[in-house]
Amino acid sequence: MTVSVESRASKQAKKVALWLATFLLMLVMCVPGLWVVLSAFRPNREILAKPPVWVPEELSLVNFGKIFGFGAEQVGIPVGSYFTNSLIIALTSTVIALIIGVAGGYSFARYRFRFKGGIFLGLMLFRAVPGIALSLPVFMMWSRLGLVDTKLGLIIVYVSLNVPFTIWLIDGFFRQIPQALSEAAQVDGCTRWQAFWKIEFPLAKSGIAAAGVFAFLTSWNEFALASQLTRSTDSKTLPVGLLDFTAQFTIDWAGMCAMAVIIIIPALILTFIVQKHLIAGLTFGGVKG
Amino acid sequence: MIRALTTRRTEMAPFLLLLPAIATMLFVVALPLVFSLWTSLTPYKLTKPDTLYDFIWFRNYIRIFADWDFWEAFLRTIAFLTVAINLEFALGLGIALLINKITWGQRGLRTIMMFPMMFSPILVGFQFKFLFNDHIGVVNNALQSLGLTDQAIPWLVDANLAMFSITLAEVWMSTSVFAILLLAGLFAMPRDPLEAARVDGCNPWQVFRHITLPFLMPFAYIAMAIRSLDVARAYDLVAVMTDGGPAGRTELLWTLIARTGYDEAKMGQANAMAYISTILSVLFTWHFYRKLVAARRYMGGAE
Repeated sequence: MTVSVESRASKQAKKVALWLATFLLMLVMCVPGLWVVLSAFRPNREILAKPPVWVPEELSLVNFGKIFGFGAEQVGIPVGSYFTNSLIIALTSTVIALIIGVAGGYSFARYRFRFKGGIFLGLMLFRAVPGIALSLPVFMMWSRLGLVDTKLGLIIVYVSLNVPFTIWLIDGFFRQIPQALSEAAQVDGCTRWQAFWKIEFPLAKSGIAAAGVFAFLTSWNEFALASQLTRSTDSKTLPVGLLDFTAQFTIDWAGMCAMAVIIIIPALILTFIVQKHLIAGLTFGGVKG
Repeated sequence: MIRALTTRRTEMAPFLLLLPAIATMLFVVALPLVFSLWTSLTPYKLTKPDTLYDFIWFRNYIRIFADWDFWEAFLRTIAFLTVAINLEFALGLGIALLINKITWGQRGLRTIMMFPMMFSPILVGFQFKFLFNDHIGVVNNALQSLGLTDQAIPWLVDANLAMFSITLAEVWMSTSVFAILLLAGLFAMPRDPLEAARVDGCNPWQVFRHITLPFLMPFAYIAMAIRSLDVARAYDLVAVMTDGGPAGRTELLWTLIARTGYDEAKMGQANAMAYISTILSVLFTWHFYRKLVAARRYMGGAE
């Protein structure tokens, strides 16, 4: 009797400990980001207040209006054009990387050929070159080709940044589809090309979308290369633009927070949509040889 | 005859499909690396274009190897990566085991865990620069309001604390890669061996050490391999948080490359350093990729 009571009590204690640990974990994961988001809606004077103001007295969208140049106070940082640049560069490089990646991933998933493992490893090793190390020769080459400070210059670089990992993911998604399906279609008179578009591509679609989101976010978030290959509003992206705020003598914390929110939101939404497929792609492509 | 032609065509198909990928990588990565190697053997300065054709053999390499600043940044980078990645693995494993135990809201928790992974590193850097600011940062404000300290702690100004803060930001950003993949491993784990071991009288530690952990290792190596592809994104963190300061005490190899190449315009010397950092990253990725392949073979190529 006493034993069972004791074990029930210890079970209860374990449950509480588990709950507490999870709560702490989520706190550490979420609070830093949430604090930035909250600060984006507060006036700079409240952020700078000493002693600190813990409960916000006023929340408004003024900071967002300011960084986009609406309203009386102009900040002088062209966030609007950074946003458009980021969007154009990330979208274009994602689409191109996906086309190249689907071809490459299909090749790895469906064919046996010489040097297969070597080529795959080679692609991964090229991806491992640190961005800042790669930026030096690319900067020198691009300045000769007139590609520095153009969107095209950055798009080309981001395509190569995304191709290896897109191939890794898409290879995994195609291998999850039984080869017998497309073979049956071919027996029924489809060409391999038709079998691909009618059978395999629709089945791998959500996985390919997940790979696309990953590629988009890589380009959307990239800083090391963008910071050296862009100069002006013609091509500067949001992560590079964020540093504009610190270049001044006084840091505009509220403005920076607002800009941070603008960079985060697309990332959060996209991650939320594809998270399931992304995890499946990462593990499947890696574990099954 | 016809058969020979068609087999040749199917032999060519995979290479044709891979051609765009290979061409892109050759043009945007391999070619610049060749150019970079040449540049590292010249005293090239952006301000003096002619110096690009002035071949000086390995003088740049000899110069950086004799430079204590370089070694300091190099060793700091190695130490930083060792500490950060081990911490990320340990914490990620802990988090995965924890969430695996929870019966409700697992999917919600997993989604929340993915968010730091998708944050721009530059944003993570800014976020912690904001939180750790000595005047207005929420960390100091909280510590002072709670009466734990009456002085502002110079998180990003003191050399040791700054390195600590950068490591913390890095761990915050990358632990989820490990947590998510190890959790996926735990979900995929067959129940039978666990129960058999328990019936045979293994204690929880033995079960974990001899059954769970070996099963999880391939997943850990995937995480390591993915992580090793862009270890250099710590550059973004340092660039926004301290920019290598105070007095070069948080300088990593990557920030040193940027400073030498762009700020001091010594492209030749910077390329020599860049080459060393590239070799470092490639070896790192290669190592974990091989471990992954070996672990996969150990598991019989399939689950």
